Amino acid sequence: MNWRRLWAIVVKELRQTRRDRISLAMIVVVPVMQLVLFGYAINLNLRGLDAGIADQANTAASRALVMDMLATGVVAPTASATSPQQLMAMIRTGKISIGIVVPPDFEQRRSNDRQVAQVLVDGTDTAVQSAAAQLAQTPLDSAAPDLRAPATSTPASPRIDVVSFYNPQRRSAVNIVPGLIGVILTMTMVLFTAIAIVRERERGNMELLIATPLTSAELMLGKVLPYIAIGLVQTTVILLLGVWMFAVPVRGSLVDVYLAAGLLILANLTLGLLISTRAQSQFQAMQMTFFIFLPSILLSGFMFPFAGMPQAARWIAEVLPLTHFLRLIRGVMLRGASLWDMWIEVLALAGFTVVMMTAAIARFRKRLD
Amino acid sequence: MIAKAQISSAKTDDRSTAIRARGLTKRFGDLVAVDHVDLQVPARHVYGFLGPNGSGKSTTIRMLCGLLTPSEGEIEVLGLPIPAQAEALRSHIGYMTQKFSLFEDLTVRENFEFLAAIQGVPRARTKSRIDDLVEQYRFGNLQRQLAGTMSGGQKQRLALACAVIHEPELLLLDEPTSAVDPESRRDFWEKLFELADIGTTLLVSTHLMDEAERCHRLAVLDHGKLVADGTPHELTGKLKGRTFVVDAADPRRAQRALVDVPGVLAVAQVGNELRVLTADQSADVEQRMRDALGQAGQQAEVAHTAPNLEDVFVAVTHDTDDDSRAGKRERAA
Repeated sequence: MNWRRLWAIVVKELRQTRRDRISLAMIVVVPVMQLVLFGYAINLNLRGLDAGIADQANTAASRALVMDMLATGVVAPTASATSPQQLMAMIRTGKISIGIVVPPDFEQRRSNDRQVAQVLVDGTDTAVQSAAAQLAQTPLDSAAPDLRAPATSTPASPRIDVVSFYNPQRRSAVNIVPGLIGVILTMTMVLFTAIAIVRERERGNMELLIATPLTSAELMLGKVLPYIAIGLVQTTVILLLGVWMFAVPVRGSLVDVYLAAGLLILANLTLGLLISTRAQSQFQAMQMTFFIFLPSILLSGFMFPFAGMPQAARWIAEVLPLTHFLRLIRGVMLRGASLWDMWIEVLALAGFTVVMMTAAIARFRKRLD
Repeated sequence: MIAKAQISSAKTDDRSTAIRARGLTKRFGDLVAVDHVDLQVPARHVYGFLGPNGSGKSTTIRMLCGLLTPSEGEIEVLGLPIPAQAEALRSHIGYMTQKFSLFEDLTVRENFEFLAAIQGVPRARTKSRIDDLVEQYRFGNLQRQLAGTMSGGQKQRLALACAVIHEPELLLLDEPTSAVDPESRRDFWEKLFELADIGTTLLVSTHLMDEAERCHRLAVLDHGKLVADGTPHELTGKLKGRTFVVDAADPRRAQRALVDVPGVLAVAQVGNELRVLTADQSADVEQRMRDALGQAGQQAEVAHTAPNLEDVFVAVTHDTDDDSRAGKRERAA
């Protein structure tokens, strides 16, 4: 290993990346875009659905119930009405998605334990339906001072409220942002190195490089090192935005977060290198990257809980670096665990890196045939 | 260190031969790209590889610098057996690829810096070496320009400058001037002779006859076979008395009349004249040509002319054609 030659490769890579606007954009724009998309748009808990309210009782208790429903943030009042029929008309025309009806005999129904209110739903969207179901869980307790309390404190709301640990507001961003660090790093890091070797082959630079004393290991390491720094910059961007836009907590040590990210970056970069030694063209390298990316997103536990997957899918998932990273990063950021607590995942990522790097160096030949 | 020692000992053993190859063969599947080529390239010479596209020039050069593994044959470059000692050879050779292979998104200076580090130019000497090259190859105001934005001639000058940054003993150039205008070419060849003067051995492949004529020695390749080698003078000397110029009123018709004359190998139109190559230097052929022209009703003058390398090329590749008549028609057409 000649350090000067290794350093020459690193400097060359950084200079080339600096002049490549698309790659530069990829470093910063991709994380921001994905964070906003996943954080806001792909939000399974709907917020701010247009709602119409028909409070026919208009008592202190009924007004309190409506206010409680609005306070969930699931609905935003955009219209008021005097009858359920008016609300149904508004749903039909698409003016509102949810209607809340409090009947005139609300007080009487409340004391008789009968249905006290009705939620009308635009059922064309199942997500809205589940939002309405959530809304229907609003407890009546706080609706009015109840004289029968405390012995029978919740008979008026027989439904059970869902309690969510670590994320009581059930905001999906808290779950998604740490995982997103992994997804973004998987996407960009693999791609960066996947095209790194094959690009030089396509442009003809490789024939020049292999005719020099440069060794395979120097070339491979030189291709990996600059992107570690770039990956850590991406990690920082996602962390800052996640904390600032979505108030995602970092309960564990920040050093552990970066160490975990570093492990994933290395695993992905070396995987990309291996792809690059195989691919015949940059386009092929991108296709192969996609073969890694798709199962990573679907099977790693980022989108769907790992527990619900069939055994075969889990085996595949165990081979993917993202799976191990997700366990690490959720542990560190959300549950305040340390890397030491999850040493087996650390070992899995480190092992993956060593295998990929060795395979890439071994596969790379300073030959044209 | 071992490699260095071997090279210096090899040099004292035999300083006169830079490259030696015996029975060099490369097959790609069924295709025989290089077919039992024997080579001997003397040191400190400009040695040319002349041949049409696909004749095996690039493949041979790549085998000589260890980028391709020969299917058969032995190679010794600067005293090192190749491909076994290819790594040890790398720091002693410069290789200029057919396609521009420097980094288009690095500047001229950055390309120099990169190669200086990769080729192991001593750190203390790097700056002065690059400054020298910038001066010699006239990159004074271009140092900060991206290599990709330069003209064909500038790129090729840069490629040569980068190939010699570590002052290699042997320089292999694969069709270095194929994408360059005549003036840049002349300029480029000046540089090559300067390098030969300071003791560098150069192997240059080309399909251009005027370039081949500049070489000290050259080898003619056709369909992977070495069909002739020697100095340009030796090669053209063998064709003495076999080349004619025919000045006819209607060159196209005269050409048709001459093509089928026994003993005529090739008839090519050059401007308003025809250039004829014959199989031997007997006077019979000349008489038969005059007869054929007369029969075709052509008023034409037939005169001897000095052979050039193109004639050499036609003559030597003619012998390797399976169907010489078909080959002759092809050239005449």
